[in-house]
Amino acid sequence: MPNIVVFVEQHAGKPARAALECLGAARACGGSVCAVVAGAGADAAAAGLGRFGAAKAVVLQGGAASSDALAADLAAIAREQGAQAFLCAATSSGRDLAPRVAALLDSTLFSDCTALSAQANSFSAVRPWLAGKAIATLASSAPVFCATTRPNVFAAAEGSGTAEIVARAASTGGKAQVTGSAAKPGGKLDVKEAPVVVSGGRGMKGPENFGLIEELAAAFGNAATGASRAVVDAGWRPHAEQVGQTGKTVAPQLYVAVGISGAIQHLAGMRTSKVIVAINKDPDAPIFKIADYGIVGDAFEIVPALAQAVRELKAHK
Amino acid sequence: MKIVACIKRVPTTEAQVKVAADQKGLDTAGLPWMTSFYDEIAVEEAIRTKEKHGGDVTVLTLGPAEASKDVREFLARGADAGAILKDEQWHARDARATARILCERISKSGAELVFLGRIATDRDNSAVGAMLATYLGWACVSDVVALEISGTQCTARRETEHAIETVSFLLPAVITCQKGLNEPRRANLKGIMAAKSKPIPEEAFTDVANQQQVLKVEPPPARKPGRIVGEGAAAVPALMQALRNEAGVI
Repeated sequence: MPNIVVFVEQHAGKPARAALECLGAARACGGSVCAVVAGAGADAAAAGLGRFGAAKAVVLQGGAASSDALAADLAAIAREQGAQAFLCAATSSGRDLAPRVAALLDSTLFSDCTALSAQANSFSAVRPWLAGKAIATLASSAPVFCATTRPNVFAAAEGSGTAEIVARAASTGGKAQVTGSAAKPGGKLDVKEAPVVVSGGRGMKGPENFGLIEELAAAFGNAATGASRAVVDAGWRPHAEQVGQTGKTVAPQLYVAVGISGAIQHLAGMRTSKVIVAINKDPDAPIFKIADYGIVGDAFEIVPALAQAVRELKAHK
Repeated sequence: MKIVACIKRVPTTEAQVKVAADQKGLDTAGLPWMTSFYDEIAVEEAIRTKEKHGGDVTVLTLGPAEASKDVREFLARGADAGAILKDEQWHARDARATARILCERISKSGAELVFLGRIATDRDNSAVGAMLATYLGWACVSDVVALEISGTQCTARRETEHAIETVSFLLPAVITCQKGLNEPRRANLKGIMAAKSKPIPEEAFTDVANQQQVLKVEPPPARKPGRIVGEGAAAVPALMQALRNEAGVI
């Protein structure tokens, strides 16, 4: 049975949902899971991790706001635990940390995995190539299997276990220090983690019309706003919203594409969404080929009507 | 200051890719190639850093002989030198092997600053930059959208899902570049002419074995055929019905 070390990202004492999913993925590999939590609020975040499958939770106390210092601690813990695997969620902090931990363990990294399996102590991973244009199943012969798990893919398994909590002094120092952090305006959900994504494309005709996209996202309540490459390149929307091969790959429960024709590189970035809705005036737009449900017509009429219908539904729930 | 910018030759983002008959990789016959999107931003930042602080820029790639075309494009844009670590199997290397091969070359180069794209748009690992920095023992900031250098003291801003972080570090360092850091220039005619005669040496390297074995590569699963629920705003109730009762997503 493998020992698996999982870095659990937390914010103000609350574990990130993607991190709980990663614990679920680790637990499903059949191993004994040691969670590691760091930063302000780590104690509070660690307290409930037993319920999500951790047998042990190491709380790093103090320490520097430094990715390389944290990676050094994670690699040291993986060694001490005799870990056969190190996992974290493929969030921006996980993507920043995991390659450092992997290199310290002289192991390659399997990023943004959509499935993991362990037989005895040998691991394999399924991960998309080219933003999902091909799907690769890969075996690992690394000394420690290091991987990041794609958010919204694995199930967090809530049970009734308790984790042994172990405090550990974090490393100080670090070559690069985070000296400031400015929250993005509005505390908006990111396209990678939102259960619903509403994206707009060139069919929105101009940046002034994206209020409609935001209105529909607000109606859902749990939606992020996304954009096609064309509108990001035109400067209508920030690049953080770009969905596609040169933006973000997303897999929400519901993806609503408004005025997006469906360039190959956009489709690659959202085709694993559970349900895809397309609204486009061109009935021959490629987006309709992968959409589950389509409405042909004028987005400027359809989107406000859809927002109103969603609001009414939510009001009656 | 000696600066290195690493680039990778990848299939174009508009390319439809096919899986090879043996299901162990991609069918590369007739596949159109380009420099990975974010690596273009990396080379641009290297050139801008040189223009501001002095030094020289070497464009380095682990790749096939044909990558000289990609390297020459960046010589035309203002890079000083190029080198190819010649490898016909570059796309099949795992992240660790790629990072270790680049590390060997860069640690001998006298470079203090290395730029790479935040992710290569073929294998999407987003790992080589931070692994390279770790093997070199250098500072690394990933997903950088702004960079300031003053002597050896540097400040970068990096983008996360929720925030823009400010990170302080000293050279030597590895920077992985996010969209928004700069707008890559085009080569001018003078640059193109000057680049034509520049040598782009092909270099050998110490081989590093993969720790990743490809078991199977498949096309993505086909989506179930969908349907048009109607036209115009009148179709909204039908869509809501489908999302609630069939799909169960709202």
